[in-house]
Amino acid sequence: MSTVSLAQFHQVFFEESLEGLDVMEAALLALDEGGGDAELIHRIFRSAHSIKGGAATFGFPEMAAFTHEAESLLDELRDGRRAIDGPIIELLLRTVDCLRGMFDRAQTGQPLADAESENLRQQLAVTVGRDVIVTAGQANVGTLATSGWIIQFRPHLGMLAGGNDPLRLLRELAELGTLSVEAQLDRVPTLDALDPAECHLGWRIELTGAVGRDAITAVFEWVEGECDLSIEPISVVANSVEPNLAAGTLTEGIDAVSAPVMQNIVPKNAATGSNDAGSVRVGIDKIDSLIDLVGELVITQAMLDQFREDFDPTRLALLQEGLAQLARHTRTLQESVMGIRMLPIGSVFNRFPRLVRDLSQKLGKQVKLEMVGEHTELDKTVLEKIGDPLVHLVRNAIDHGLETPEKRRAAGKHESGTLRLEAFHRGGSIVVEIVDDGAGLNREAIVAKAIQKGLIPTGEDLSDDAVNELIFQPGFSTAATTTDLSGRGVGMDVVRRNVVDLGGSVAITSRLGHGTTFTITLPLTLAIIDGLSAAVGNECYIVPLVSIVESVQLRADAVRNVVGGGELFRFRDAYLPIVRLHEQFGCADARQHIEDGLVIVVEADTGRVGLFIDGLIGQQQAVVKSLEANYRRVEGISGATVLADGSVALIIDVAGLVRMQSRRRAA
Amino acid sequence: MAKILAVDDSASMRGMVAFTLRGAGHEVSEAENGQLALDTARGTRFDLVLADVNMPVMDGLSMVRELRVLPEYKGVPILMLTTESNTEKKMEGKAAGATGWLVKPFDPEQLLATVRRVLG
Repeated sequence: MSTVSLAQFHQVFFEESLEGLDVMEAALLALDEGGGDAELIHRIFRSAHSIKGGAATFGFPEMAAFTHEAESLLDELRDGRRAIDGPIIELLLRTVDCLRGMFDRAQTGQPLADAESENLRQQLAVTVGRDVIVTAGQANVGTLATSGWIIQFRPHLGMLAGGNDPLRLLRELAELGTLSVEAQLDRVPTLDALDPAECHLGWRIELTGAVGRDAITAVFEWVEGECDLSIEPISVVANSVEPNLAAGTLTEGIDAVSAPVMQNIVPKNAATGSNDAGSVRVGIDKIDSLIDLVGELVITQAMLDQFREDFDPTRLALLQEGLAQLARHTRTLQESVMGIRMLPIGSVFNRFPRLVRDLSQKLGKQVKLEMVGEHTELDKTVLEKIGDPLVHLVRNAIDHGLETPEKRRAAGKHESGTLRLEAFHRGGSIVVEIVDDGAGLNREAIVAKAIQKGLIPTGEDLSDDAVNELIFQPGFSTAATTTDLSGRGVGMDVVRRNVVDLGGSVAITSRLGHGTTFTITLPLTLAIIDGLSAAVGNECYIVPLVSIVESVQLRADAVRNVVGGGELFRFRDAYLPIVRLHEQFGCADARQHIEDGLVIVVEADTGRVGLFIDGLIGQQQAVVKSLEANYRRVEGISGATVLADGSVALIIDVAGLVRMQSRRRAA
Repeated sequence: MAKILAVDDSASMRGMVAFTLRGAGHEVSEAENGQLALDTARGTRFDLVLADVNMPVMDGLSMVRELRVLPEYKGVPILMLTTESNTEKKMEGKAAGATGWLVKPFDPEQLLATVRRVLG
């Protein structure tokens, strides 16, 4: 029946509500730390209130009912009728979790309420001191029929200023039955005393027909207190045990009445539940600057357009200026558009106060969490994928890094450990550091473990960096007992793999007794990379600039052939394998002789190799297109891009090539 | 067709209101809190303002009070979109200068009916 499908707003509702839950959680944790700030409670209340309103509007009555209980409790806290204590905060935190679960289920079209949510709802209701059973209370509104009504309606002088037009009220009354209206002009002042913004008229209205008093009071609902109103039946034909209904009490029943209406919409939601195409919320300022830029672009285009009609060589300078302007605008536009995908890392950091609180309580450790640089912006895709690795590192830091209060005391440190999450820009990258002041990596324990696992031979002399690197080896774990917190079968190798897949890297520094720092370096965006274009036969490949160490021209005698190891060349203090790209990717007409081409030394976390190419074409920015989405995954290739001349170039996945190379050597 | 300002901090609620009203041929501007609504309302005279009560930065009641001070907003209908179905809260809205209210949850039909009511 409705002309508007509410389902189209579900995604926005889910997103803003999940954000609201994050806000609630953060504020609850701040309260937990002793901040009795009224604004915190208001913030929590507002979030719950919005979720309740949205849930009821968009067809999630169970969620609305659940949130209603939480809201009642929050209302008491807000008004100071109830003090905030640990158990209340715990209860509300569980409410947040429960609502998150409800949203998960709502997104996949499952029933929202479960045993846990029912249980919690009752607990909330009991806490507030209310009867749990919701009375399906239809307001007992008298729909008494009479042959008609006499209505005396005299607006107060200020009623018009409040936006209520008496004419509207009369029109609405006319829809109810037959109307006969008599204007009362007795209070109209003389013209010089008349203020047109004030209402001086009154009306005596006779409404005939089978009309209930409730219908009439509903018409006058908004002007109660702004007018003198009397409603008298002309002659009562039905039982006259009518309650004296004041306008305003009528709407008491509306919440209950609307609920079944909302229920009908639920199946629609289920049908569209799988639609989870992501969206980004963008600040107005970003959009405004885009619109400005497009405006500039249009002007430049118009200016360049003049040259199409009549090009006079004397105006060459003007044309060049126009083209330079176009280039500048295009670049700024590109940056602005990329900026739309950028979101503050705070949205990922937000989950940590809760995680740290729960984890430290569970492990009996005291942890002070510091977060710095939450406003640092990252590409949405990077942001979505960095969460899990960060969670893993934070868990590790609390589980394995920070010591128990007793141990810390014994070591002469403060009982409570500090865990710092910091995000900042460095060059063209974003750096995220996870710093703990715990025990630090234990060199002996790591080496012993690595030997036991057969990762290294006994008696090998390793540098500190090499020892730290060991923890990134698959299947490595230093904890004497694997707790259920960190030891979930996911090791540091997976953390590193995830970060490398995002085009980033993980480094580790540690001092025994002083703590450990994990440094994650991430690219600003995945959508555009800076690269060098390299010619190989008739093909062009893009090598990401960040991976390039150096390019060298080799003499034929600098190349060593090793049995089973392919070609090697000496670069600084090491021998690096040569990967001939034309062989790797089967390119025709490529240069074969090592002296005719160029070797680019590239570096990944796992090592360096030399890429043999025909020559370099130039440096350029490449807009990355997914090869997987358009074709299939190809090892050693991370994507494709379209070149200025319209041809397609493949982008080299340096880490993948290095992996392939070391596999080949191991074979 | 009327010029309507929809004020709500919830993007979904605002979106629903704006979408419904635009579908009915109205010109709708949106604001996500009372302060932004005031800024918008100062530049253009709207025929109707629909505002949430609970909002960060500036709540709906304060917004109505500020709006009513402006000479061009004397007599302009301002409706509160409120979940508080108790009389007391509604009267607070009235005292602040609101014309009336629409109780959440409402569906698009109810919204349009209410808007028709005030715009005639």
